[in-house]
Amino acid sequence: MREIHCEQIKAAVKDCVLKANLELPGDIVIALQEAAEKEESPRARSLMKIMLDNAEMAIQQQMAVCQDTGLVAVTICMGQDVHIVGGDISEAVNAGIRDGYREGWFRQSVVSDPLERINSGDNTPAVIHYEVSAGDHFSITVFPKGAGSENMGQLTMLKPSQGLEGVREFVVKVVKEAGGNACPPLVVGVGIGGNMEMAAYMAKKALLRPVDRRHPKNELAALEIELLGLVNQLGLGPQGLGGESTALAVNIETYPTHIACLPVAVSLSCHATRRSSCEL
Amino acid sequence: MVTRRLTTPLTEDEVRSLKVGDEILIDGYIYAARDAAHKRMITSIEQGQQLPFDPQGQMIYYVGPCPAPPGKVIGSAGPTTSGRMDAYTPPLLERGLRGMIGKGDRSQAVVDAMKKHGAVYLAAVGGAGVYLAERIVSVDPVAYPELGPEALLRLEVRSFPCVVAIDCEGKNIYEQVRRKLDVSPNKEELYDEKP
Ligand code: SF4
Repeated sequence: MREIHCEQIKAAVKDCVLKANLELPGDIVIALQEAAEKEESPRARSLMKIMLDNAEMAIQQQMAVCQDTGLVAVTICMGQDVHIVGGDISEAVNAGIRDGYREGWFRQSVVSDPLERINSGDNTPAVIHYEVSAGDHFSITVFPKGAGSENMGQLTMLKPSQGLEGVREFVVKVVKEAGGNACPPLVVGVGIGGNMEMAAYMAKKALLRPVDRRHPKNELAALEIELLGLVNQLGLGPQGLGGESTALAVNIETYPTHIACLPVAVSLSCHATRRSSCEL
Repeated sequence: MVTRRLTTPLTEDEVRSLKVGDEILIDGYIYAARDAAHKRMITSIEQGQQLPFDPQGQMIYYVGPCPAPPGKVIGSAGPTTSGRMDAYTPPLLERGLRGMIGKGDRSQAVVDAMKKHGAVYLAAVGGAGVYLAERIVSVDPVAYPELGPEALLRLEVRSFPCVVAIDCEGKNIYEQVRRKLDVSPNKEELYDEKP
């Protein structure tokens, strides 16, 4: 049994939320640079230049890349041979977020009740997922996500007969309807299969994969490239103000499903896609 | 594409001279307000009370900034999605509001009210929170401090960059982008193409 103390978890979560909100991941920066080079519309180019300048300024001035520092999704992958000591694991995660958001001067963007809508005052609670498997590993991934892009995600339960064609149509529709709201250039996360909540979870998981990495399965890698082409033909461009750079990548994850189901979830993430991971 | 400088407060003539696609740099004071502050303002209007500021000639920036770190007047401060304020906007336009700054498209009711009363809708770069915060030189609380990041603030801006997304004639950049798609000869392919 490997022991991990809640204090370690709290400190790691704090470091991760600080890093995520202050530093755009390298794969996103490179993808934005490449998109800006390829882009033909002068406005789109200058908008992406501002986004890249902004990312640099955030690091220099230690200010949040985007003011919407989001609701934080945290994924903890842990081995079944890990024993957590010194408190409650979920409380440790929330304590790390509370500390990180205070120290980083990040915005408190969480209301404690969806209908009463009173700000919780410390950006907690997080949405926490635990994935337990064999071994004694322990990793934390934080994914603070703003509402502009989160609000534009959609889920549909297709008929299996609609197949790949239905998936294509749905992905393009979601991106089109999002327009400028989700702050393109986007990362498009697509979850196919499972049941209702698993499709959504897969779409989110897809967003955590770096944009320069294609799915290991050839057919899905090809579908990712094809969908990116279709989405970029929409012409929405950065901020929805026109251009070819509507998305930086389409990432797909799949899961086995029921003989009568074909759930498809699309989660959109903005050019300020922020994520950070660490292992204990 | 023209770059123009504008200093608030704005007259109806100034606003009516702006055309969709124009690039603008704003100087002067603008008001920061988002969902909760709008809800309060509309409640005031409904109850016949005074608004915390006179919208005549002014601009509202849809933003909920990060708190100011030491040595700064404000934290990251990029625009939020404007569509959530659609329901609250026409009564403010009736009271002389000359413009809104945000990101994303507006409803037809807002566009109609903009045409009628003479107002523009400007897009700022979403997600460029640090870049835009640097153009904000001072911040004064105006009302609703208890709303935290959603409080109503008066911001003094210098060379604050925006694009005219919808002008007083109702010409709409988002619609133009969409229309380009709808008349595209590739539209069929868009859905049928196989790899
Ligand atoms: S969609 Fe992303 S970049 Fe745009 S405002 Fe929200 S968090 Fe920031």
